[in-house]
Amino acid sequence: MHASGMGGIRTAGDLVARMQMSKKMRLKEAKEYVAGKLKVSVSDLADEVIMNEVRQDLDIATVYGGMGEQSRGIEAKFRIAKLLDLEINSVNRFLKKTGWYQEG
Amino acid sequence: MIVTRMGDGSFVSMSEEEVKADVREGVEDAVKRGKIEPLSADEINHLVDICCRPQKFVSVRHGNELILTYDSGTLKITRLGIPIGMPQIMQLYERAFAADTLELAYVHYSFKPIKMIVPEEQYAVAETSLVTTAPLFYGAMPNLPLYTQPDGPCPNAAELLPAGKIAEARAAQEEAVEYAVKDMVFVASGVYEAGSDGIDFDTTAAAGDAEFQATLLACEQLKARYPDMAIEIGMAGEFVLGFHGQLTYDGVRLAGLYPHQQVKLAEKAGASIFGAVVNTNSSRSFPWNLGRAVTFCKACVEAANIPVHANVGMGVGAVPLVMTPPIDCVSRASTAMAEVGKLDGL
Repeated sequence: MHASGMGGIRTAGDLVARMQMSKKMRLKEAKEYVAGKLKVSVSDLADEVIMNEVRQDLDIATVYGGMGEQSRGIEAKFRIAKLLDLEINSVNRFLKKTGWYQEG
Repeated sequence: MIVTRMGDGSFVSMSEEEVKADVREGVEDAVKRGKIEPLSADEINHLVDICCRPQKFVSVRHGNELILTYDSGTLKITRLGIPIGMPQIMQLYERAFAADTLELAYVHYSFKPIKMIVPEEQYAVAETSLVTTAPLFYGAMPNLPLYTQPDGPCPNAAELLPAGKIAEARAAQEEAVEYAVKDMVFVASGVYEAGSDGIDFDTTAAAGDAEFQATLLACEQLKARYPDMAIEIGMAGEFVLGFHGQLTYDGVRLAGLYPHQQVKLAEKAGASIFGAVVNTNSSRSFPWNLGRAVTFCKACVEAANIPVHANVGMGVGAVPLVMTPPIDCVSRASTAMAEVGKLDGL
């Protein structure tokens, strides 16, 4: 996180990163896309307090991954794929390996 | 007086005017070498302000945060002598270090040795992808010299060139490119099939234009096979060495390219993120290196159509060339890259 990082799953850094990686979005566009999907302002995306609540409400994992009933790991990525309208490789692999998804 | 550092990490005291003069000189050096636009007067003043703040640690304004990707992610913990597994290291990055992205990497951080242990790496990738939420890269270096004799199959161009055997040296590098492309595609395919979100080609072109060509060709082949694979091409230096001298990609001669030209070829090859590198001159001051690095990176950002993540670490991105990068310089370089360079990430 340090001097300039967004903060990963502590905030919305992982979600903005996914838009850069999957759709080659530049930083501004990626932040606006994620903010729109989360129904928050762009300035909220790197705020730990707001984003912790938003992530709990959406059940898309927080840094307290071991506590309570919240989704974690691959469970949260299923929700993120749907939320951001993305294909996530590990999610698709999980579906194939569990027999829940068939190509074509 | 302003206390800052030299590129070798040692402290140096400078007046504000001296800091400004060094920033300007660094900008001019980048402009001259890269034939790029200089920073504006306001941008230079912003860099001077960042250098001159009295705090040890500085940071960006709210809203100016960017995305962090990592090279040799898991190795950063392994090198500290902490004996924990790669999936657990990735969990630490995600939940304790607030990492935006994760990168899983084997201790021999080159594609050639990794091809022998792809099944084990697939296991680590698959396990990690189940227990983490952040996007997961697998990273390694193209490392073309590993394909040269006596460690590899190809004649050694570094021995042929001093002997005046130019044609033979070029042929040897072209042969090495073929081996390297096969290994990069094989390993990257394996870890992607296991569940990674993408691959990070780290320190690309460390061995010059042949290595850059090999990486671009591997990227092209991988995107044709896996259109959704995220590929980051991170460079080794600001300037592609012409160790071969005649190699091209998409009709462009690779030797001598600077970041704003390198990124265009990365785009054509299908890369998702480009990692721009500007080397630190250990004999010059941090302000000089900062002015130079930000000028090169800003030109790259403006030329790019894909996200650009500047390399900011030991000996690159204005950070001193030391094993324990000082936080005063790292935080200033990070802030400057975000607020003046307008990078998409680091």
